[in-house]
This record gives sequence, structure tokens and C-alpha cells, in this order.
Amino acid sequence: MHFLLLFSRQGKLRLQKWFTPVPEREKKKIVRDMTTMVLGRKPRSCNFLHWKDLKIVYKKYASLYFCCGLDAEENELLALEVLHRYVELLDKYFGNVCELDIIFNFEKAYFILDEFLLGGEVQETSKQVLSRSIEASDMLQEVCFGRSCLLSVLSIIFSVVL
Amino acid sequence: MTRGNASAFTGAMSPSVRLQEMIRVIRGARTQGEERGVIQRECAAIRAQFRQADNGTRSHNLAKLLYVHMLGYPAHFGQMECVRLIASPRYNEKRVGYLGAMMLLDEKQDASLLITNSIKNDLSHSSQYVQSLALCTLGCMGSAEMCRDLAPEIDRLLRASNSYIKKKAALCAVHIVRKVPELGELFTPASRSLLSEKNHGVLHGAVVLITELCERNPDTLEQFRKAVPELVQIMKGLVMSGYSPEHNVAGISDPFLQVRILRLLRILGRNNDTASDAMNDLLAQVATNTDSSKTAGSAVLYETVLTVMDIKSESGLRVLAVNILGRFLLNNDRNIRYISMTSLQKIVQTDHNAVQRHRGTIVDCLKDQDASVKRRALELSLALVSAVNIRSLMKELLLFLSSCPPELRAHTTSGIFNAAERYAPSQRWHIDTILHVLTTAGGDVRDETVPNLIQLITTATELHCYTVHKLYRALITDISVQSLVQVACWCIGEYGDLLLRGECEETEPVQVAEDDVLDALEMVLQSHMSSPATRGFALTATMKLSTRITHNVDRIRSIVSIYGSCIDVELQQRAVEYNALFKKYDHMRAAVLERMPVIDKSSPGHTNGESAGGSIKEMEPTKLTQEVVLPQGPANQVCDLLDLLGGSGEPLQPSPALSTTALGPVSSTAGGDLLDLLGGLDVTPVPPSVIVYEKNGMTLKLQTDKQTDTGMTITLTATNSTDRDITSLTLQAAVPKSVQLQMKAPSGDVIPAHGLGQVTQTVLLNNPNMVSLKMRVRVCYTSQDFVCQDTVQIDSFPSPAW
Repeated sequence: MHFLLLFSRQGKLRLQKWFTPVPEREKKKIVRDMTTMVLGRKPRSCNFLHWKDLKIVYKKYASLYFCCGLDAEENELLALEVLHRYVELLDKYFGNVCELDIIFNFEKAYFILDEFLLGGEVQETSKQVLSRSIEASDMLQEVCFGRSCLLSVLSIIFSVVL
Repeated sequence: MTRGNASAFTGAMSPSVRLQEMIRVIRGARTQGEERGVIQRECAAIRAQFRQADNGTRSHNLAKLLYVHMLGYPAHFGQMECVRLIASPRYNEKRVGYLGAMMLLDEKQDASLLITNSIKNDLSHSSQYVQSLALCTLGCMGSAEMCRDLAPEIDRLLRASNSYIKKKAALCAVHIVRKVPELGELFTPASRSLLSEKNHGVLHGAVVLITELCERNPDTLEQFRKAVPELVQIMKGLVMSGYSPEHNVAGISDPFLQVRILRLLRILGRNNDTASDAMNDLLAQVATNTDSSKTAGSAVLYETVLTVMDIKSESGLRVLAVNILGRFLLNNDRNIRYISMTSLQKIVQTDHNAVQRHRGTIVDCLKDQDASVKRRALELSLALVSAVNIRSLMKELLLFLSSCPPELRAHTTSGIFNAAERYAPSQRWHIDTILHVLTTAGGDVRDETVPNLIQLITTATELHCYTVHKLYRALITDISVQSLVQVACWCIGEYGDLLLRGECEETEPVQVAEDDVLDALEMVLQSHMSSPATRGFALTATMKLSTRITHNVDRIRSIVSIYGSCIDVELQQRAVEYNALFKKYDHMRAAVLERMPVIDKSSPGHTNGESAGGSIKEMEPTKLTQEVVLPQGPANQVCDLLDLLGGSGEPLQPSPALSTTALGPVSSTAGGDLLDLLGGLDVTPVPPSVIVYEKNGMTLKLQTDKQTDTGMTITLTATNSTDRDITSLTLQAAVPKSVQLQMKAPSGDVIPAHGLGQVTQTVLLNNPNMVSLKMRVRVCYTSQDFVCQDTVQIDSFPSPAW
């Protein structure tokens, strides 16, 4: 997989993950091209497109378009399954995920994606294992943050006291 | 599950709320300008925060910056902050720092090198989640240098760590190998042993890594061929296993892993019989047992088919695979129909017969709603055309053309023409098909279509009548399609006499008068829809009709003279020339406008039918005094002359000299010029002469006189023994190619009756190659009100011949 993009019906980018090094200007162009192409598709078209030498696979979930760019040898039908798996993970995490969840918690969406895909390839094929490791990372974050907050709260109290 | 907010413990102090608050404010901006203002303020605040010492809010500030970056605003000042956060001992800061690195840093930034050390440390961190961050970042944006630095670390992790880390290390290694292929050798041993892992994540990573290694290194590929049985076993386990809740997707056990194993098997079995044999049974099993009612199963079947077609599988298996694709064609899911056609396209050359069996379904897909599916169906249908199915398939293609989307029309027309050219069962069918395409989609055909069609029409000699009738009917219906109109005009000009005859075997003849035909051509000439080229066609056609009709020549004359003052330069030139043809060179008009011979496809005149056809026919009056114009006579005569000249396909060489066309009213100055030229010749004693032609009282004698070693002067003398003058005498000559011919002006063109006078004409020959000299002379004259034309071959010359 070369890239994964999430954008809204109005073409607003909600997430972008690049698995190959692409210059900034090129990224912007690709995003523009993808949004134009995908948003221009008729409602009951097939989910596959050709763009330059890449296969583009996209799927609409509610108000969000999930779009990825594949090499010629990659399996498009499987890519649809990959996109679907990602949506399932988001759904499990946020509970009935909607676009707003992804907007306001974009960093979480990235963390989940980074647990699922690495270098454009699937890391883990079991939903349960993935959910568990995401939870565990979050717990670690809470603990760390809690600890640092506790420290800063305590330091404030001490500074007041002293 | 938390919604990502900080824990209740910190309450209102949680900076994460501030992040979400910022997002809310930005989204609330009503204009682009307002949004820019908000973002500028926020960025300023963030920059200030970055400069301050650690106050526990760094990660959230960076997160804010990353959001701003995603909106498209510059965020490079956050790069150093990423580096700092990655080095932080706190997990939450590391997490955001690494995310920032992946979003803001790429291998081209210098700052990316600065995190190499942090990554190195974190790869050995006690917490696997920290290790995971490092692995993920390295595998996402690691530069070649970073990869080289850290590869040994990754190899270590591949061997000795828990599954969670191993699977990530494997994919990180994939990235390293893509960046620095030589490092592949480092990972080969470890990846081999990973195949015996039970954990699906690790197994998946291992298969991906091995695939990458084998694709890049043929030796490694050779090594891993030995692993085929092991892979087959793993695959069998997945396919035959019962329901596994952990990996089940729509009834398929771990489709992700299955597909990757199949892909690896494909690479290993390619061009290798042993390996292919070893996987044959497995592939058959997967192909038959996989339930394809959902996408997951179809994905596995698809990959299986690709593998079967790419390795050296036995024919039964190949047929099974093609049948799967055929079944896919009938699937309700459009995606599956689409990928079925892309796969069939790949194998249509190699497994042509197998794909032919599904032609019916493929042709049905031409009617699909989806544009991508239509395009694929078109490609496949064109690839499946053969001599056997050409008639039925062409019907479908023509039907498709009438309703196909505009972006596919040009491709369709050219595909149809290619297919028709290769497999046309009859000339009539071929012409009909091309005409059908022109009527339906004439605006989308290539430029060469017009000359190609004209060439085809000339070769179908028995169908001239039929063709001109069809085209006439098409022309009076619609004159908007330029290509069709051009061909129609050409045909009417050429075969108009057949049209007017009012009888036709192949189709219902039209009953038209000459005026009707001229009306049609004039309509084209005057219509604003006609392009300049089309009008040129129409004008030339009108002119040609002047020798094919009997009553309305004056009408043609007037049309032609009107266009003599046309604004379009090309039309004007043509009209002026045609006018000249009427006035000064009327006696040549019939010869010039004769029926064209069959155009040879490879001849230079063919590539641009109209203008070449025009140049063969048209004379340029300015050059008339210099050239002998030898018009294309009836086909058989031309061929004979060409035989004489060594069978060349070129038209007869025009003689560069002053010529026979200085006939009729020759101005005295022109005559003076001619005489000047003649003055240069030596006069020799009269050599013997021979009679070469005698008919209708007209006698033509030939005298030869050798002047130089390679040059000869011939004098042709014409006498008349009838009781009326012979008028309009023209003599033309042709010689073998290497011989140069120069015809001097004749002394006149009227031979007085009763032998009272004669006409002489001198011919200079130059024979540098000393070839066997032959000459053909064409005589043309009017005697007793009959126009006579004859050709004489002279094989031997009276005195010194070579």
C-alpha cells in the first residue's frame, strides 16, 4: 500500500498516512486527485480505479471516504477487507464511530492505524489481539499522564504550601 | 472504552480538552480568513509553549500542531519538538513525538537523523509498547542511512522477542529491505525460522518478508523454494480448520494470511515445475472449497486464480481457474465482475480458447451501468474477436457503439476498424461496417479512416454501384459527419455515372436526376457545417461529374467559376484550375478526370487519399507548359505501361521538357521560346524512317538519329491521307526508367488532309545506362469527328539501336 486517505464528502482531509516518501507538494497533488476522482464517482460504481500506475481502492462509510493506493500486484478485494477491518477497529474503540470522533480524536485514529498497518502491510490479523494492544497502550498513556499530572499537581500544592 | 479524554482525575486541567477546544474553534470559523486568523494565533501560542521549559503540555501542543498541519498549514517549526518529545521518558510524550515524526519528518529532512539514536534506545526499551513505537516509526519513514544503522537491532528482535515485537520487526525489516536491498541477506536466516511460528501475526509478517526477499534476490528465491511444502501445510491448515473466532472473516479463516501465502507461492512456483507440482493439489483444494459469497472468500479465490495462471500448473487446474473467473463474471457484485475482467484480460492471449467460452457473458457486460466495467468489457471483447465470431461479435460492438460513453468512443471505433480489417468475411460486410460506424460515431474516428475507406472502396470493384448508392442515401440524410461526407463526395464524384444509371444489383437503386446529385454536392459546398477539407472533396467531386453526366455540364461550369473567387485559398486554387480545365484544356478533361485505378495500400498516394488523388488528377496550369501530363488511363493500360517500365507502381514520369500541351492557341512568344530551344540542335542527314502506326488514314513514321554515345534524337512524323483534316493531335511517349526523355514541341496539331502537310515532333533520348531501348507512344487525335486514341509500342529503332 502506498497511501491511505480519509476524506469527507466535501473533500476535507481527515487522515493521511503515507507509506512511501513523497514530497510535500506531491502529497497535496495526490490528495487533490484522489478526492476529485473518488467524489466524482457515481453511487453504484465499482470500488476500483486506475490512477497512473497504481490501483486505487475506495469505500464510503457513512460520510467518510476511505481511499488507498496499491501496487499492481496487490489484491484489490483484500484491500477492501483491510479498509473494512480498520473501520471495525475504529468502531470498537469509539463505539459507533462517526466522522466527528475522527475529527476530534485524530491522534487516536492514527494510533489505531499504526497498530494495524506497518509500512503499508497488515501487522495483525486478529481483531481481538489488536483491540487488546490498543487498550493496553492507552492504559499506559493514562498511567503516564496521570503520573505526570499528579507530579505537577503535587508540585503546585507544595509551592503553595511552602 | 474511553473516548480519548484525559482521566477524570485531572479534570478541567486536562490539556486534551484544549486540543479539542481548538479544533472546535477552528471548525467554527465561518470563512477561510477567520480560520487563518485562529490558526495563526494558535501557532503563535504553540511556538511560545515550545520555547518554554517542560510543563507537561508539550505533547498536546504538538498534537494541536499536527491537526493544523493536516488542514494544510505549514508546521515545520514543530520538527525539533518531535525530536525532543521522542527523547522524553514519558510514554504519552513519546507517542505523540513519534506520530509527529511520521507526519512532519521524512527521510529528506535533516532532523530525521537526529531521532536515530532515540529509536535505537527505544528498540531495546523495557516496555514493548515503546519498542513498538520505534519499530513503527522506523518502518514508516526510516531513511536508508537509518536503516543501515539499525538493521542489526531489527535482526536481533526478529530472533528473540515476543510475538508482539516479532511481527512488527518483520514488517520493519520489509521496509529496510525496500530501502537497502543488500541488507536482505541479513534477514534471510531469521525469516526462514519464523515460518514455524504459530502466531498468525508473526506468520503473516514472515510471509511478507520472505516475499520481499525472494522478489529482490534470485538466490534467496531458490533457497525458499524448499519451503514450499511447509507453506502448503500452513495453507492447508487454514483452509481445512474449523471455525476460529479469532481469525474468522465471513467464514474464511484469516483471509489476509491466506492471500499472502498464495502470493508467495506464486513467486516460488513461477517457471519452476517442481515447485508448481508441489502446490498443485493445494490450489485445487482452495479453488473448490472456498466460499466466495462474501468479499473475503472472493479475495482468496482471486489470488488463487492469479497464482494458478502464473505458475506451471496442469491444464485441468487452469481450466478450473478460468471457470472461476467465468463465474465471477456472473456475480452480482460489480467489484468482482471488474477484477474478473482484468484477470481475463491478462490471460486472453495465452489461454484464448478458455476465455472464448465466456464470450457471451463478457459481451453482456458491455451493457453494464458502470463505466469501468464497460471499459474492461470492451477491451476483452476486442481481444476475443476472431474469424469465427466476427459477424456476431461485430453486431454487439456496433450496438455498444450507439450507446457507449463518449470517452470510450474513439477507442471503440478504432478497435472495430482493426477487427474489421483483420477478419472481414466479405468486402461488402467490411464496407457496410465502416459505413455504420461513420454514421453512428463519425466524429470519433481517426484521420486515416477516410483514405482507408476510399482505398477499400476502390478495391471492391463489383460493389462500386452498391457503395455509391449507400453513400448517396447517407449524404442526403445527414451532412454533419465530416468523414462520412468526404467519402460520400469522393464516391459520387468517382462513380456518379453508376448512380445516375438507376439500376443496381445489390440494393434498391435510387432514381435521381443529374440535378439532384449536383444539388447534394452543392449543399455540402455551401453548408456551414462542412469543413474546408470536406468542401474541397465536394468541389472536386462536382468537377469529376462533368465527364460523367451529359446534360448539366454548364451548371458545373458555373459552380466551378463561382468558387474561383472563394475566400478559402485551397478552394479558390482548385476552382481556378478546374476552370482552366474547362477553358483551355477541355480536350484533356476526359482523360484527366477518368476513373481512378485501384489504389495500392502501400503506395505513397494512399496515405493521404484526397490530396494525392487530387494531385494525380489535378494539373497545375502554371506547369502545363513544362510538363507532359500523363493522366492515369484505364487500369489495364496503366498496368501495361508499368510493365514496360519494369513494373514500378509510380505514375508515368512526366517529361520535363516543353511538351505537347503547347497545342491550340499558342502565343507567339511561347512559340518563340520553343523555337529557341530547338535552335540548339545539330541537324544531321536524314536517316531511314519506319512506319510505326497506320490507322484511319493517319500514318506515323519514326526516324532515329544517333547523336552521341548515349543520346538519340527521334523524329515522329504524322501524315494524313483522309479527305478531312485531322485535328487535336497529341503525341505522348514513355520510356524505361533509366532513360531520359525530352519531347520538343510539335510543329502543330492539325494534319492537313490529302497528305498535303505533316506534323513533326522531335524526341530527345538519353540512355546513360545503355539499357535496351523501348518506347511507347500514345497518339490521340480527332478524325472525321471521332476522337481516336491508340498506343504503339516500339521495340526496335531503325538505325543504330543499342
